Amino acid sequence: MIEHALKGDKRYWSWVATLLAVMGIGFFFYLRQYNEGLTVTGLSRDVSWGFYIAQFTFMVGVAASAVMVVLPYYLHNFKEFGKITILGEFVAIGSVVVCMTFIFVDMGQPFRIINVFLYPSPQSMMFWDAVALSGYLVLNFVISHITLGAERKGIAPPKWIKPVIILSIPWAVSIHTVTAFLYAGLAARPFWMTAILAPRFLASAFSAGPALLILVCLLLRKLTKFNVGKEPIQKVAIIVTYALAINIFFVLMEVFTAVYANMPEHLSHFQYLFVGLHGHGNLVPWMWTSTVFGLVALGLLIVPKTRRNETTLVMACILLFISLWIDKGLCLIIAGFVPNPLHYVVEYVPTLPELAISAAVYAMGLLVVTGLYKVALSVRKQL
Amino acid sequence: MYNGGKVLIGILVFLVLISSPLWYNMAMDGSDYQIELEKAVRGDDCVRDSAWMKANHMDLLNEWRDQVVRNDERFEIGSDGVQYERSLSFTCLSCHENKDKFCDRCHDYLGVEPYCWECHIVPKEVQP
Amino acid sequence: MSVERRKFLKMAGLTALGLAGGAPAKVLGQDNAFADTAAEAVVKPIERSGALTAKRWAMVIDVRKCQEAGECTKCFDACHLTHNVPDFDNPKDEVKWIWKESFEHALGDQDHEYLNDAVKHAHMPVLCNHCDDPACVKVCPTGATFKREEDGLVMIDWHRCIGCRYCMAACPYGSRSFNWRDPRPFIEDIQPDFPTRSRGVVEKCTFCDERLARGQLPACVEACEAGALVFGDLEDPESEVRKLLAERFSMRRKPGSGTQPEVYYLL
Ligand code: HEC
Ligand code: HEC
Ligand code: HEC
Repeated sequence: MIEHALKGDKRYWSWVATLLAVMGIGFFFYLRQYNEGLTVTGLSRDVSWGFYIAQFTFMVGVAASAVMVVLPYYLHNFKEFGKITILGEFVAIGSVVVCMTFIFVDMGQPFRIINVFLYPSPQSMMFWDAVALSGYLVLNFVISHITLGAERKGIAPPKWIKPVIILSIPWAVSIHTVTAFLYAGLAARPFWMTAILAPRFLASAFSAGPALLILVCLLLRKLTKFNVGKEPIQKVAIIVTYALAINIFFVLMEVFTAVYANMPEHLSHFQYLFVGLHGHGNLVPWMWTSTVFGLVALGLLIVPKTRRNETTLVMACILLFISLWIDKGLCLIIAGFVPNPLHYVVEYVPTLPELAISAAVYAMGLLVVTGLYKVALSVRKQL
Repeated sequence: MYNGGKVLIGILVFLVLISSPLWYNMAMDGSDYQIELEKAVRGDDCVRDSAWMKANHMDLLNEWRDQVVRNDERFEIGSDGVQYERSLSFTCLSCHENKDKFCDRCHDYLGVEPYCWECHIVPKEVQP
Repeated sequence: MSVERRKFLKMAGLTALGLAGGAPAKVLGQDNAFADTAAEAVVKPIERSGALTAKRWAMVIDVRKCQEAGECTKCFDACHLTHNVPDFDNPKDEVKWIWKESFEHALGDQDHEYLNDAVKHAHMPVLCNHCDDPACVKVCPTGATFKREEDGLVMIDWHRCIGCRYCMAACPYGSRSFNWRDPRPFIEDIQPDFPTRSRGVVEKCTFCDERLARGQLPACVEACEAGALVFGDLEDPESEVRKLLAERFSMRRKPGSGTQPEVYYLL
């Protein structure tokens, strides 16, 4: 099947070449980081996790969100999602690859990562995260490979795949839950230590991920002959709407408890995000952008007329995606470290090498997804 | 997967290539390799039998490392009845004083590059 | 085996390295039979007489005495010299094992506007608390950081650390530093007794376990001429730390985080 990814028109190849170029630049910076150490990033003793780990967190969500199309299709036999499901699974594969690579580039001793498996430490959430992510990658790979393979031959997929698919549903929930536990279990970081972190992660994932899927479907329709149809997109849009509403509700609950209870350790992080702390407020404009974008997107999605109109739907999806990316892929991780446990405000700004490496990791994920989509669409002979 | 066969052959070739040194080594008895090493400045023998050391010193070092760092067992009485501190920089290099002409010479010859010296210090290098 | 072949192996990735690991040893093990019968059993670890031991090491810091010593930095200097801690002279790459904090930052939750001046302006050394229930140990995905059961020290195995920095996120005291870059060029006076670290691993105070094993007190305690740092066995009712804790009012940092720190501050 894979040979389909090696045939394509000029447009396809120039896209692939662009991605490879971005990866090349990032690789160059990674070599620098490898040789000089993580000093090339903006990280410090006080903000010891930053852009990489934030991207990892965000992308785990995107990976998990495939369940939002897999579940209705396989569990509720919702036939309209037939075409979209494989796209969702491929996004999941690409996202897990991106997640793992972000972890890799964040390590101080990347070639010792194998120690996680040589000396398994079940009391560490990071161990479980590694297990959950690798398992999820395998699951999605197997499922999409088998179902697509069957489709190519025009036969029904083998029976044994059904339980595997069912298993992938709680597994998807688990990857993001464990990722939230990574943070929520730390008494030292009151900003993260909230029981609602995992539900909030899931809500934001289940709106950002499917929103991305909508954008991808519409883009594919424009660029290729592949058309998932109008109805499935509308159905996904409803999922996005509910998830976004729940996510905003959860965030408001967080803000309420922090502000009303007025415990300085909790409140100070929100102050840092929304109004700035001791004259430091790098993230303030970002946070407000995220808030406004999120609310506008919610408005556009809730009103049936703007949700059905594809132009406004696209707008809503883009705004929402940016909003949730800022929230989770930028602010959530960084604000956990500011102020630090000794009550100092030390800010963090990602550096050029950090951004270039991150861009390369994303480009790699896109390349994986592009290749997989190419295969899927070629198999369906709709290109 | 109709080109599964090709992929399988590819993997096989890759495995053979990668493990070729293993076969190569197995096929030879090792007698052909002679390098001039500087003699230890003291002691009749190494902390273990020197023939054993030649083949297994990296395992011994790993063992020492774990015993010191994880079990706090820093000293031992060797098979020769001598007391040793389990230390890379101090014990090994106290007899094999010239790291360049002993450890490094052999390692260079074999293309091994232990990363230990990123942290561990060669006493001679910092004490003029 | 040729050097080229080895280089190729190294590049061929982890699996390849794993395979190659055993290879040359076989070449060298001319008496392969010997390898199996190595006189390993005869070798036994010994405790050198004079090693300092305890059931539970703890430190008591007399803030008043420390204050009287004024702008003293002896304990910091001694520690950082002994352990080859680099001086980068910039807060971003900084590595520190023991350093000075004001009351507000060290014991912050007890700070208030009308606090008496002596306490408000007090400075005190802070270091790893060698907690009884360390958050860093719980989160470490490889067991590189661990608590030594026999005497409670929280240790790091620098050979195993993968540099994920989860422990830094988990430590409520900011006691851990990461080697953002190669520290060697930034160590002015390298002491051969203790290895430096390489880039990409986390480090922190070890209560000088290597000195205790040789019968010496921690470097900071030894260096403190004011007698403000007292080190001893918390489980021994006759120890000086226990006596001080019985006599004077003491505080620990962030008791609310549930980690049970074993560094006590006398105010
Ligand atoms: C008491 C002194 C002494 C100490 C300590 C010592 N060695 Fe040796 N070592 C010797 C002697 C003597 C030989 C025999 C060859 C010679 O005379 O140089 C030897 C041989 C060896 C050989 C085999 C060399 C060859 O091919 O013939 C290796 C490898 C070696 N030592 C490594 C080590 C390592 C690693 C350490 C630290 C764990 C160590 N030695 C500590 C004295 C010592
Ligand atoms: C007679 C040759 C020889 C001498 C002398 C020698 N080594 Fe080695 N060393 C080897 C071989 C062979 C290996 C195995 C390489 C491998 O397995 O990849 C090795 C591996 C090691 C390793 C493990 C490195 C890795 O990457 O796994 C360490 C550590 C080491 N040697 C330390 C020393 C020290 C310290 C000395 C000097 C006291 C020394 N060696 C002297 C041949 C030698
Ligand atoms: C990241 C830095 C680092 C690297 C790399 C490193 N070590 Fe260590 N090693 C240490 C530190 C720190 C100690 C603890 C010293 C102590 O407690 O006295 C130590 C202790 C040891 C000890 C016991 C005590 C001593 O002083 O020797 C051995 C043996 C040892 N290491 C072997 C090795 C070997 C073999 C390698 C390479 C394969 C290696 N180490 C690489 C940092 C390192």
